[in-house]
Amino acid sequence: MYRYTLGVQTWQFQTLAELMAKATPARSGDRLAGVMASTAEERVVAQMALAELPLNTFLNDALVPYESDEVTRLILDDHDKHAFAPIAHLTVGDFRNWLLGDQATPEALAGIRQGITPEMAAAVSKIMRNQDLILVASRCQVTTAFRNTIGTPGRLSTRLQPNHPTDDITGIAASILDGLLYGSGDAVIGINPATDNVAQSVRLMKMMDEVIRQYDIPTQSCVLTHVTNTLEAIEQNAPVDLVFQSIGGTEATNRSFGFDLATLAEAQSAALSLQRGSVGNNVMYFETGQGSALSANAHHGVDQQTCEARAYGVARKFDPLLVNTVVGFIGPEYLYDGREITRAGLEDHFCGKLLGLPMGCDICYTNHAEADQNDMDNLLTLLGVAGCNFIMGIPGSDDIMLNYQTTSFHDALYLRRVLNKRPAPEFEQWLARMGIFRDSRGQWPADTLPEAFSASLSRLPEGDDQ
Amino acid sequence: MTDSTPELVTDNPWRRLRAYTDARIGLGRAGTSLPTRELLAFQLDHARARDAVHLPLDTGALLEALTTLSAAWGLPPPLLLHSEAADRVTYLQRPDLGRRLDATSCKHLDRSGHTHQSPVDLALVVADGLSSRAVQQNAVPLLQAFLALPELAPAGGQRAPLCVVTQARVAIGDDIAQRLNARCVVVLIGERPGLSSPDSLGLYLTWAPQPGLTDANRNCISNIRPGGLDVDEASRRLRYLLNEARRLNLSGVGLKDRSAQAVIEQGYGNFLLRPRTGG
Repeated sequence: MYRYTLGVQTWQFQTLAELMAKATPARSGDRLAGVMASTAEERVVAQMALAELPLNTFLNDALVPYESDEVTRLILDDHDKHAFAPIAHLTVGDFRNWLLGDQATPEALAGIRQGITPEMAAAVSKIMRNQDLILVASRCQVTTAFRNTIGTPGRLSTRLQPNHPTDDITGIAASILDGLLYGSGDAVIGINPATDNVAQSVRLMKMMDEVIRQYDIPTQSCVLTHVTNTLEAIEQNAPVDLVFQSIGGTEATNRSFGFDLATLAEAQSAALSLQRGSVGNNVMYFETGQGSALSANAHHGVDQQTCEARAYGVARKFDPLLVNTVVGFIGPEYLYDGREITRAGLEDHFCGKLLGLPMGCDICYTNHAEADQNDMDNLLTLLGVAGCNFIMGIPGSDDIMLNYQTTSFHDALYLRRVLNKRPAPEFEQWLARMGIFRDSRGQWPADTLPEAFSASLSRLPEGDDQ
Repeated sequence: MTDSTPELVTDNPWRRLRAYTDARIGLGRAGTSLPTRELLAFQLDHARARDAVHLPLDTGALLEALTTLSAAWGLPPPLLLHSEAADRVTYLQRPDLGRRLDATSCKHLDRSGHTHQSPVDLALVVADGLSSRAVQQNAVPLLQAFLALPELAPAGGQRAPLCVVTQARVAIGDDIAQRLNARCVVVLIGERPGLSSPDSLGLYLTWAPQPGLTDANRNCISNIRPGGLDVDEASRRLRYLLNEARRLNLSGVGLKDRSAQAVIEQGYGNFLLRPRTGG
């Protein structure tokens, strides 16, 4: 039981999960789950109660039982008491003060990472304003590498997402060409397959591998298929750079996705054995998103933002190259409008970075959400300021396979220009070397078609101009 | 829209690749931003998708067409039902309410006298879902094509009235079918609109419907619209699924749709690669 007295009234919260849920800024998914504060006042009282809670409460009161959930066991068994020492005496409220203070340098923040549990990160985020989430995240630097280096200060990478509704190779190649010529693809060239089976995945892996080798592109490819499909592809000697999996913050969520932690460990080890990275060995690509646990009916009464932070606890066990919170894809029953999507995107990026993850964000919305391109522009700009490692890149913001809108190749160039951001260093050099960009900072596309690509185009018969 | 002054927009010579994909490639750029023409083309498509979600289904016009259709095929007059979601804002945030009939609709259905003494073979339900436009445009042509198919129903079975239901999710069909005592339900529903496909109708078949079933118990035919799967092909695939469901006494993951034709690669393969052998 958690209590808070305000004036003559004493408020009660039966469990830590209830306190956390009621302290969460309002969103439709928590309302749907029936865990949200019933009044605006109750929410702030819960935040006040949460602020007084010692951080070590989260080491003693598990939100999801230790005995029945392997994610809880992972979080508590891997907790680093030495790293925790500098903040062990703090309450959640003073943890916020500590994070915003001048002692929280990038080095100090990196030093306490392994001492912070996902629940501590979620708790402090609930009492932070958007600008707090941006400021602290901008000081958390997380760098990863495979065939290039992602996440160093001043850089912004992009996933080139050339999805096609029938996995048509010509259509996919056309979107890849468009993306490369707009300077996209340094985080990964990653396809969501329309037909999700091993044979199709292997076909797409080979296709991307051939393109990367032919043009000597310092980047990596990924087919976003189920982890067990990728394991089979590796057994068939397919050219697997990165292993993909959607992950959630409870064991039951992950089981509904068809895997457990042992599966991820096996996949990581299989991908590492291929030794395909040239400058680093981060071989995992994870996607997450608030609401997935509730959607799988596996949330244990825990609010969706805390479940999301626990998914980051899963991710960091496997040294990922990329972690992507797909913030607006799940729909308005979890995040109703542009305001809720924006808040969730900033929370996710902050929590992930604080825990030491290479966070990117699929800044996106569906057509039944109360959101539009302006909302995406706002979140894009905010996340750029916050130092987000990577965003999506898709032709004209329109994913014709998944039927949602995410950031475009043009959007990434906008952000690079207004914030003076550059692509990954190896990729930036490639863009200049190929004549795709006029400058060496990846901001000025060339006016003429680079030679290597005009030869490719000439292989196609003239189509109808549209 | 008229073309821009040439020097203000940099065109992309690879725009001709749009012959091979619907993706918005080769848009060109003003600086590095979207040219005005492309910005407004996007806004128009988004506006149409938003309207598809938010414009209410014109149930009057739909019922009129369905009344004519029902009379022609010897079905009882169609019924108009509602979910427990009172309005669109509630509907979008509370999928649970969209899956249940409201009390008035329950009474309405129960009153129409379909009980365990009068089992029906198939209930056809038209639900607005997330695109009223998809339903308005495609539901009647699809039903016409489907009901005209030969060998549709076992001889002598009772026929249920067509049901139109608003603010509805797929699972509401289970509730309706149970009250109609139907052995099978097919729900025609407006799909979540894509930017380039605001008019896409989906179709879900459930054998032995009852509340509490999940999508694992259903078979789906998606993307029914003039620019996607046409109503004749969709009807044939539905008849195939229905006959298989009757034969196997189940639907869902255990019923594989083998009626679809194999996808043929239409393009020129990976043109980004050099030809493998000389020349």
